[in-house]
Parts: sequence; C-alpha cells; structure tokens
Amino acid sequence: MMPSFAEIWAYLTISPILWVTVTLLAYQAAYAIYRLSGANPIANPILISVMFIVSLLLFTGTPYRTYLDGAELVNFLIGPAIVAMAVPLYAHLARMKTMLVPLTVALLIGSLTAISSAVAIGWLSGGSNEILLALAPKSATMPIAMGIVEKLGGFSSLTSVTVTVTGIAGAIMSRGLLNLMRIDDDAIHGFALGITAHGIGTARALQMSESAGAFAALGMGLNGVATSVLLPLIVHLSV
Amino acid sequence: MLGAVTCLLLFQLVGEVTVRWMKLPLPGPVVGMVLLFVVLMIRGGIPENLRTTGNTLLQHLMLLLVPVTVGMMIHIRRVGEEWLPILLAGIGGAALTLAVTALTLRLLLARAKRALR
Repeated sequence: MMPSFAEIWAYLTISPILWVTVTLLAYQAAYAIYRLSGANPIANPILISVMFIVSLLLFTGTPYRTYLDGAELVNFLIGPAIVAMAVPLYAHLARMKTMLVPLTVALLIGSLTAISSAVAIGWLSGGSNEILLALAPKSATMPIAMGIVEKLGGFSSLTSVTVTVTGIAGAIMSRGLLNLMRIDDDAIHGFALGITAHGIGTARALQMSESAGAFAALGMGLNGVATSVLLPLIVHLSV
Repeated sequence: MLGAVTCLLLFQLVGEVTVRWMKLPLPGPVVGMVLLFVVLMIRGGIPENLRTTGNTLLQHLMLLLVPVTVGMMIHIRRVGEEWLPILLAGIGGAALTLAVTALTLRLLLARAKRALR
C-alpha cells in the first residue's frame, strides 16, 4: 500500500530538509523581488521572506516551534558569519583609526537618541510602562536587548518584537533618509545603520558595500555595549 | 572556500571554549571574531579566500536572520492592544536615531577635515 500524504507530511515537518529548503526558497524569491524593484530598500528581503514563511506556516497549520527546530541549520550559520565580520572590520581599520573621536561622539549621541526617542514616542502614543521598558533598548542586538530588559524586570518577549520592528524600519528607511540629508559616505551610512538597526541594519549595510558593512558591524557592536551600560544607568537615576 | 569555512568555524569553536573557560559574559562568536581580528593584525593582511568566503557569507546575512525573525512571531500575541506605540516608536525612533547619528558624524568629520588643513 502506498503511504498516505499525511504520513509523508508527518515525516517532513520534523525533518530539517523541508524547513531549510523553504527558508532558502523564500529568501531567493524575496531577493529576486528586491532585485526586480531596482534594489529598492522597501523590498526588504527579510521582511518578504518572513511574510512568505509565516503565510505558509499558517496555511499548513504548522506551529512556529516546528519550523524553528527545522530551520536551526540556517540559524547556526549566524555564528561563523559573526566571526567573518573580522574581515570587513580589519579591511577598513585604517580609516576607522582616523575617525576615533567622531565615531565615539556619534555613538554616544546615537545611543542616547535611540533610547530617549523610543521612550518618548512610546509614552506620547499611550504605551504602558511595560511597553516603554521593552522599547528602550530596541536599537541594541536581540540577545543584549533581551538581557537588559530581563535584568530590569521587564518582558524580554515584548522586546523581541520592538527590536525586530526597529531593525526592519531602519533598514528600509536609511537610504531615503540619508539621500534627503545629502549624505553619500558609506562609512556614515553604515555606522548609523549599525547603531540604529543592529543585525538587520548591518545585514542591509553589507548588502550595499564592504565599507558600509564594516562601519555597521562596528556601530552594532559598540551600541550593544553602550546600551547595556547607559540604559541601566538611566533607569537607576530616574526611578 | 572549504579552508576559509573551516577557519571561521575553528575561530568560533575557540571563542565558545574561551567564554566558557574564562566565564566571560560574551557570546562565543564575538570572541571568535575578536581573535580572528587579532590574528589578521599580526599577519598584516587578509588571505584572498577568506575575504571572498567571508564577504559572500556576509552579503547574505539577511538569509541567516530569517529564522530568528520568524521566531519573533511566537511573541507577537503579547503585544495585544499596544501595537500602536510599538509601531510608532519603532519607526519614528529608528528615523530619529538614523538622522541624528548620521548628521553628528558628518558634522564631526567635516570639522576634523577642516582642522587638518
């Protein structure tokens, strides 16, 4: 007797082959759309891939956990990718060295702007204290932001949402915004993206050029440290 | 390519062991990255295959972030009624941070350039 479709599906859902392939197909379709749009940052490949995959999961009634277990292989490659950031960072070290003071000042001002603008806009639009705390570190990378919020007694699950929204918003808006201000230096663009939009912004910068990627990686790393020092200090002083 | 991938994994492995051994409050890959950076400085250059492989991997960092971003959907129900402040602060905050950081850096770089002359 032929095995039923339900039996084959039951095998597929618990095997990585289906979800790794789905992730690669979704990303390549999203990347093709991005290219077709003339590399318009609005056609953000992460956003489009996630929309494809979430639709598929909802349509097939697959729990998110099942997908995440299956796609773990893709997730695993984030580790070696972080190690690989040493390459663009080293390649652009000479220019970074000439910019030490401007970069440090821009980091501090950028980090404080990220925290204060998030809390101020959240408060003005009627966010509860829980939401405000989850919003405050939203420009830092996910593990750092979640760690800070947990230590301060907030909900790290809400933070994963605020961090993601910020990352995608930053990656989509940066080109338009910097064009508006007539800034076409990849170092400035990259650094602002890394500080504002962590990994997603850095991924966007790496898509643009190696030098934008190098400065984004630097901005992301430094803002992770700055946020984990500044935010507990601000909360301590203001409560 | 194989050599470069092995090299990246090896540095991550050393990073993971180092943070556990020395009880560092850092992710293993970050320590691996710092170690590779130091080795590149001592060596005084990037081997061509490492540069190609590293940049190829990084050009598609967005792909690697897709599962984590799907993972956020697990928590989206917690947002409930409060999606408006999250959306406004997310988008508005990102715009302000981008603009302020970029303008500050441009101003300071222009000033440093003038001081050099």
